[in-house]
Amino acid sequence: MQRIVPIFIFSLITLLSCGTDNDDIVSQANVTFNFSHNWDASPITNTNFNTIQYTNANGEQLSITKLRYLISNITCQKENGEIITLDGYNLVDVTNNTNLSFTPLSTIPTGTYSSVSFTFGFNNDDNIDGIYQDLNSTSWNVPTILGGGYHFMQLEGKFVDNTTTETGYAYHAIKAVDNSGATLVFNDTFFEVDLGKITITNNATFNIEMNIAEWFVNPNTWDLNVLNNMLMPNFNAQIMMFENGKNAFSLKSVNQ
Amino acid sequence: MKQWITHISCLLIFICASCSNETIEQYVPTPSPLQIPQLFQDKILDPVIPINNPQTVEGITLGKKLFFDPILSANNTQACADCHAPENAFTDVDRFSDGVDGILGNRNAMPLFNLAWNYDEKFFWDGSAFSLEHQAFAPVTDPIEMKSTWIEVAQKLQEHSEYPNLFNLAFGTSTIDSSLVTKAIAQFERTLISSNSKFDNYLIGEGTLTTEELNGFNVFMDETKGDCFHCHGSENNPLWTDNLFHNNGLDAVVTDLGLGEVTGDPADNGKFKSPSLRNLAFTAPYMHDGRFATLDEVINHYSEGLQNSPTIDPLMKKVAQGGVQLSAQDKADLKAFLLTLSDHEFINNSDFKNF
Repeated sequence: MQRIVPIFIFSLITLLSCGTDNDDIVSQANVTFNFSHNWDASPITNTNFNTIQYTNANGEQLSITKLRYLISNITCQKENGEIITLDGYNLVDVTNNTNLSFTPLSTIPTGTYSSVSFTFGFNNDDNIDGIYQDLNSTSWNVPTILGGGYHFMQLEGKFVDNTTTETGYAYHAIKAVDNSGATLVFNDTFFEVDLGKITITNNATFNIEMNIAEWFVNPNTWDLNVLNNMLMPNFNAQIMMFENGKNAFSLKSVNQ
Repeated sequence: MKQWITHISCLLIFICASCSNETIEQYVPTPSPLQIPQLFQDKILDPVIPINNPQTVEGITLGKKLFFDPILSANNTQACADCHAPENAFTDVDRFSDGVDGILGNRNAMPLFNLAWNYDEKFFWDGSAFSLEHQAFAPVTDPIEMKSTWIEVAQKLQEHSEYPNLFNLAFGTSTIDSSLVTKAIAQFERTLISSNSKFDNYLIGEGTLTTEELNGFNVFMDETKGDCFHCHGSENNPLWTDNLFHNNGLDAVVTDLGLGEVTGDPADNGKFKSPSLRNLAFTAPYMHDGRFATLDEVINHYSEGLQNSPTIDPLMKKVAQGGVQLSAQDKADLKAFLLTLSDHEFINNSDFKNF
């Protein structure tokens, strides 16, 4: 009979320890952003890389050999207009299958938000040359002759050109810069991805999709025969990337 | 009730017994943290130091002695330093180095510096060794390098008049094994830090560059010209390498698979590690197979000599034209800039030499 006492205590502790499960209502919630990728609904991971198997809107067959991009400035706007910005940025690296999930250190209060959004790339306040050691260490920088700061995206691969030769492309998105004159002239190319209205009741995971095909189609049909490399100093190409990129992201689901 | 008293007594005895270990004094070698250059501190992430092999004065001293000692080779004729000489930024001048039997290898000996900042810890041209400690295992037993066995090496060191004591000072044991040998060598290798080139001094405001060198830097950073920075870093990455693996268009038909041999993935065939561009003045010949004797040949390769192949890196542009077609002036200036990355203090550092 004496043995029942410790068993009872153990059971009580076990039951109490369950009390921190996600089923409980919390007043502060973690938000996680998962990034997955597709080519017109066909899922893409790094296991699909290195093989020419996709066709862009202009009809070029292509492969992907590298894809990484930067997101930052996660912002939650309450219905009363209050804005909560979560510090941090995340370099999504599809090539190495790393950072596909990002949970900012800060939490947000539960409640209804008129919008949750993130920035593709860095805004001008954040895009300061050389200040991020992790990004410097992975050579994510933009040359100072193009204004410095950091890349927003590196999408690379091969395509079959109009002489049927496999040719490399390096679709690198940065802040647009015209370096043809005596002084550099810039145009912003970071953009906000609005995930819409959401009521946060618990720790929440936003499942975000990037349709890579969109970078080549809407509104600018991308001709890789013309635009395949040396795109960083190409002001017009950067504007086209910016316009197309705004259609590349969508919210697939939210789990909480 | 008696049972409870017994249980509590047992618990107290365990607690007391476990506390008694704390009174035993354990030998601790003298910590010797890496001296991280300010430029590295400012710009890039901290170096990788394994938790089970911290830098110590005694470990580094032992590692240095081992690095320069031919005792590691089968017939006591070859030390690490024979192919990794200080005056050549810890490589040698040969295209392929010969081992104890005079047989040549098939890859150019890599220079050694700033190795603790190889964040992915993949070493060798083909990334076949993970961690610096594991890298040091390979040459000792390679049949065309030192051609020894670890049993032999450990035995020779154990019977040596000095080494058992040096291992005891470094690791608290005089029982020598391969693990401790490679740990010591790795500690020494991590101290081989190069950060005092002309360009480093320019960056910290303690030196100037010529017009040619500055133009060469612009060629290096210009995506329409050299476009070297995507793989070799910039003023914001003082390593001057991405420590990643690329096919840089050396051959139309790849015979040495490089990384592909290690991963088994055909998409990696012909890929080799981007070497750092520091200390090029001392590290000729160049490329994984040492095929280029001069920097001019290297620059000409990227300018006009690219060969297409299925795994050539997409960053190798204008392949159909052979490359980026630099002007003679840009080539000369690029070379001038590259040479500003050489660190004469590093190759003359007495801490790294054998006296």
